[in-house]
Amino acid sequence: MSAVDALFAKLKAENRKAFVPFVTAGDPNLDVTKKLIIELERRGASLCELGIPYSDPIADGPIIQASYTRALDAKIKLAAILQMAQQATSQVQMPVVSMVSYAIIFRHGLEAYVQDAKAAGFAGAIVPDLLVEESAEMSQICQKHDFSLIQLITPTTPRERAIRIAESSSGFIYYVSVTGITGERTELPASVVDQVGWLREQTPLPICIGFGISRPEHVRMLSPVADGVIVGSAIVKRIAQHAAEGDAAILKAVGDYAEELVAALNE
Amino acid sequence: MSTEIQSTASSQVPDAKGRFGDFGGRYVPETLTKALDQLADEYAKAKQDPAFQAELDDLLKNYVSRPSPLYFAKRLTEHCGGAQIWLKREDTNHTGAHKINNTLGQALLTLRMGKTRVIAETGAGQHGVATATACARFGLPCVVYMGEEDIRRQAPNVFSMKLLGAEVRPVTSGSRTLRDAINEAMRDWMSSVEDTHYILGSAVGPHPFPVIVRDFQSVIGRETREQSLTQIGRLPDTVIACVGGGSNAAGMFYPFIDDKTVEIIGVEAGGRSNKPGDHASPLTYGQPGILHGSYSYVMQDEDGQTCDVHSMSAGLDYPGVGPEHSYWKATGRVQYDSCDDTSAMAAFDELARCEGILPALESSHAVAHAMKVAQGRKAEEVIVVCLSGRGDKDAAEVARLKGQ
Repeated sequence: MSAVDALFAKLKAENRKAFVPFVTAGDPNLDVTKKLIIELERRGASLCELGIPYSDPIADGPIIQASYTRALDAKIKLAAILQMAQQATSQVQMPVVSMVSYAIIFRHGLEAYVQDAKAAGFAGAIVPDLLVEESAEMSQICQKHDFSLIQLITPTTPRERAIRIAESSSGFIYYVSVTGITGERTELPASVVDQVGWLREQTPLPICIGFGISRPEHVRMLSPVADGVIVGSAIVKRIAQHAAEGDAAILKAVGDYAEELVAALNE
Repeated sequence: MSTEIQSTASSQVPDAKGRFGDFGGRYVPETLTKALDQLADEYAKAKQDPAFQAELDDLLKNYVSRPSPLYFAKRLTEHCGGAQIWLKREDTNHTGAHKINNTLGQALLTLRMGKTRVIAETGAGQHGVATATACARFGLPCVVYMGEEDIRRQAPNVFSMKLLGAEVRPVTSGSRTLRDAINEAMRDWMSSVEDTHYILGSAVGPHPFPVIVRDFQSVIGRETREQSLTQIGRLPDTVIACVGGGSNAAGMFYPFIDDKTVEIIGVEAGGRSNKPGDHASPLTYGQPGILHGSYSYVMQDEDGQTCDVHSMSAGLDYPGVGPEHSYWKATGRVQYDSCDDTSAMAAFDELARCEGILPALESSHAVAHAMKVAQGRKAEEVIVVCLSGRGDKDAAEVARLKGQ
């Protein structure tokens, strides 16, 4: 049982939902990222998704792209991210998972990545460009190390395929709310509720919904069907907006925002 | 030459998962899977459909003006002194480059799939113009993503695309070149995948793009093979093409893969020097990794981040390469070499003055390498170079680079 499995078992027993914030490692710097992880837990996050900056993120919209570019321009390397993650994860209870391109995992070596990430306190990985048909080796390695490999299902995924993805996923299923890239939306498609409802019948795994979520009303709409909601761009945007005002301002802006969404999620 | 090349390379690739040996595959967000499966299915059906092939053949003949000539460059040959240099004249195609072979094929697939909008990326602008042209021909709305740096250096093509009714969207992220244009086109497709087809222009990307682009471009090699037998009485000793993503090269090489007496050479962009960042030669200096949806040679740092690359030629200014080229390199079937900016520019001048042909800067890399190879060889030997495009688009950039 990975730390992610334990978390959702606990939440279920308490009848609570997971608030899952995303932050980009190294934006604006690794020290702030560490403080953010700690602050987000204090403000009610259940699980944190740490984005490993990548040079060619095709699933990401302008906000997250820009944060990756800033981090890479500041020469943030994987080794330094793992070091920071180790310090951060030793100071929080919540599981932390990496959002990481397969290009990075492949270059590092599959088994080496899982071992090094696990040593740094990561409980799992979301690999947005690793499809189920290419994931057998990674999946086996993750299983061996009790490391969750969280797979994505989208509105364009045919139903039979969704079942296959669910069967090969571990930790939770990342349901992508929209056909598109990451980034805030005014409204989410109403069909997402039905689609997740259907998916729930097919799998015992918890389902978290991400992409486009930024407002309390989004969270209220999804909380009846989801086990958790993932919020990325809206947080990364706040970090960038307050970067010039110093660490305390960033932590306060992100923390206040997180608290607002956590409250909406567990109303 | 006539010694057999020892290689395990097969023309029976890729497999059902899009693997050319170890290379290729599909590494993209789940959102795109359905569209890629649909494309692979539709292409498989089209290949079996004589009506599809007939329509494409008619377009290639009457619209593109194929077959393109196989031309003996007599004065260039004499100038070099050595093997005969023949040019496969893809520059004579409608729109001035090989790219139209692929865009017409994919435009027909777009219609077959019932999709109503087309997007594309472009580097040198040749693929953008060819896509805009095919879309105008079939009445499809078209958006072309192009890096800001490339918009600057290939201005005539930008204007052409607009005249053809396409919208050119400048890409300002990253290095503002071909790689970033592909990223932006992919992002557009992530949102528009239900009604839009992405006409990818090179033999790169997730399965089935590398095989589709190779197949549509293979008309180049098939014609060259037939024309060699008719005009020269035998197959060439050596076939040479430039390699950026590698679409003209894949199309030129593929029909010769099983002809083990034919030596095949791909020429990458050597840029300013062989230092990282100064060239665009992943097969020569890079290593296998993941970029733009497939596993192939790429210029990456130790973390797997794609490196910036350089070539004076916008169409070769790309850090990755098509997976089939990686397969041909690994099996030893094709030899890959690198040609720097200076040599390519010299070849541009030589071909202009000896033959009255302005080659594209991309194709100039292949011409430069052919001139080098020819000099050491006997007069009865035959080298065929794929002259993938014409150089009119480059005239202003060449003048700028020469300080004129």
